[in-house]
Amino acid sequence: MTAPPPPPGYQTGDNTLQRALTMTKFTPQAHALGIELTRIEPPKVWGHVPYRADLVGDPDTGVIAGGVITTLLDQVCGVACVSAMKAPTPVATIDLRIDYMRPAQPGRDVIAEAHCYKLGKSVAFVRAVAYEDTPDNPIAHAAAAFMINAARPTKAKP
Amino acid sequence: MNTQERLTAALARVPYAQFLGVRAELKGDELTLVLPFKQDLIGNPMLPALHGGVMGALMELTALTQLAIASKSDKFPKTIDINVEYLRTGRAVDTYARARVVKIGRRIANVQAEAWQAERSNAIAAMHGHFMLPEADSE
Repeated sequence: MTAPPPPPGYQTGDNTLQRALTMTKFTPQAHALGIELTRIEPPKVWGHVPYRADLVGDPDTGVIAGGVITTLLDQVCGVACVSAMKAPTPVATIDLRIDYMRPAQPGRDVIAEAHCYKLGKSVAFVRAVAYEDTPDNPIAHAAAAFMINAARPTKAKP
Repeated sequence: MNTQERLTAALARVPYAQFLGVRAELKGDELTLVLPFKQDLIGNPMLPALHGGVMGALMELTALTQLAIASKSDKFPKTIDINVEYLRTGRAVDTYARARVVKIGRRIANVQAEAWQAERSNAIAAMHGHFMLPEADSE
């Protein structure tokens, strides 16, 4: 199923909650994975990805693919940046480091929480953790840097 | 079964590789993973640009598969950590990735990977990661 086209004001609406929800809902890859935002307390956000058989990375164990966790963490980190902004802009990942502590438990949804702990003029810094029950028992940790105002046009469009 | 067939079969067994639509091409012992473009892979529909997570996932998958070839193992290693650098916007076209095994140690392997689109010399993203070898893991 393909995500519907984004509405006007995508990523730039006034209401932080609405903006963060819209940003995730209209991201086709987030939609395809079933990623949903569950809680927003700027500059922190929470999201989850449901366990699905077609997202498994190891058919012998049924463990969800690392790539799914990577995309979930990248997504919540980006949304955390946007949630922290007074005047929101699109963002783009500069770098993303992920440490995998253990495999995700087969059959269980994965939760991720992200904290944009520094919002600069051009760059935002974010930390995130993925887990099933509590962040004290993490599947993976992420540290990322994002470019602010990533969609600034380089050429005028006709 | 030759290596190309073995790889294709190994990837076909990974549901997430099928979800992304990845396929493997092998020239000698050098592997290229091909990710044909589809709308579902987009992360920013306004640009449009590929999702950063997808680019990371493609390079991680390439590293895991290249390692399986290098260590002549049928089992995939486990990821310990990855560091993904984004160099250019991933456009709405097909993406390719290759990995280079820097070192295979007794328990851990160090691998670099790159992803590109139209031009091999203009990488859109790079990855550096550490992986636990399956033999060491089961000790």
